[in-house]
Amino acid sequence: MLLIEIKPNTCDFCGCCVGVCPEDAIELQEAHISIIEERCTNCAKCVWVCPFEVLVFNKPEKAGARERTV
Amino acid sequence: MKERYDVVVVGAGPAGSTCARFAAARGASVLVLEKDRDVGMPVRCGEAVSNRSLEKIVDIDPRWIAATIKRFRLISPSGHVVEPDLGGYGYVLERRIFDYDLARLAVEAGAELHTKSYVDGLLPRNPEPGTTTDMSSEEKETSSAAKDRSDDSSGWRGVSLQWKGEPRTVEARIIVGADGVESRVGKWAGIDTTTHMRDMETCAQMTLSNVDLEEDACEFYFGNDTAPMGYLWVFPKGRGMANVGVGISGMASKQKAAIRYLQEFVERRYPGAGVLTTVAGGVPCATTVDTLVKGNIVLVGDAAHQVNPMSGGGITSGMIGGKLAGEAIARALEKNDLSLLNEYPKQWRKEVGAKHDTYYRMKAAVYKFPDETLDDIAVNVLKLREDKRTIWGVFKTALRHQPALVWEMMKTFGLRPSA
Repeated sequence: MLLIEIKPNTCDFCGCCVGVCPEDAIELQEAHISIIEERCTNCAKCVWVCPFEVLVFNKPEKAGARERTV
Repeated sequence: MKERYDVVVVGAGPAGSTCARFAAARGASVLVLEKDRDVGMPVRCGEAVSNRSLEKIVDIDPRWIAATIKRFRLISPSGHVVEPDLGGYGYVLERRIFDYDLARLAVEAGAELHTKSYVDGLLPRNPEPGTTTDMSSEEKETSSAAKDRSDDSSGWRGVSLQWKGEPRTVEARIIVGADGVESRVGKWAGIDTTTHMRDMETCAQMTLSNVDLEEDACEFYFGNDTAPMGYLWVFPKGRGMANVGVGISGMASKQKAAIRYLQEFVERRYPGAGVLTTVAGGVPCATTVDTLVKGNIVLVGDAAHQVNPMSGGGITSGMIGGKLAGEAIARALEKNDLSLLNEYPKQWRKEVGAKHDTYYRMKAAVYKFPDETLDDIAVNVLKLREDKRTIWGVFKTALRHQPALVWEMMKTFGLRPSA
């Protein structure tokens, strides 16, 4: 289950998260970003390095309750 | 866009454009694919370079220069200002013009360039049922073993891309990953290009107007409250404008993101400034990737971690990588021998890579200095005779408890112990 969420309309598409992703699980175009759910291991490195706090890690107990808005 | 080229370069930053220029100048057919709609935009960079390193690689056009830098000001956590002698000067570039011109030079040399061209995978040479361009987990486990056979000729047939929104493919004999910090071309080819968290400098940068600053001085602020495991920069851009940014290690960013450090600094220091741009960025401040060439895949620039890991500067070093790669590619095509690509990693190591290894060890040593140590270094440098206050004087003072590293530094950079 994907626990990482991308806050809509906040990403600057810089690629910092893609650079640290060990699974190549982030698709980043000029103005579009998405997480490839099948590859993501929820390691949260992308969350920690994001300069703009665009990525959020939802703790498992909360994650089930909310709708992902990627 | 044709069906087939000698070389496809993924990314039109300084490294990709320079690689394309040098390969095309010797007759290779070169296609450059840029994912964004505009080369050089947005600018994710501090834009500072030294005059000497830039002159070595390209004829400087005055239109690229926003400011000429005569002085460096290093500011310690409690505000001690050290102004080491630069032994040269520097420029703050106007990268939106600079990158454009490097792309233009590549095209003038014969390369073809397309923007809005998003490369999304490599084409396997012999596609088997169920084979995808992306690494399976099985391949990933063996990728360290793959490092040792960079001359294997299995290679890739070309790239798949979305061009103006439409899927298509292009074939190429050689594929260059100049795709920046993301470095996915390398990953697809089984090269480990993932940047470790501690080595990723996560950055926020603003272009400010209406700021009062010295137009010939670059300022660097250090300290745990300002820029943990990194630094904050204020670089003049002429006419009261400045490129102001902060880079902090991914390890520090866990607690607080780069943008917050930058906002706090700008509110405190330049409350009346106009903010013309606010951008994010990531800089891989590591040693060069182990595998620059694998079969017909070549990596250059940030994608190859060719950034100076101490300063985070990667414009000129990425361009050197691009030039060396471009020349090796031209030779390999002329002789029809892909093994000649391996001249590039050798040359890179000789000209730049070995120095970056030393810079990396210096960074690792000074990286986690607490604020008191940084202040102490500043105070001790200020005690030095004025002519000893060089950049090296600063490093020697910072590393005085690590004589082995000072010795390595001297050896690597060809300095005499008295320097």
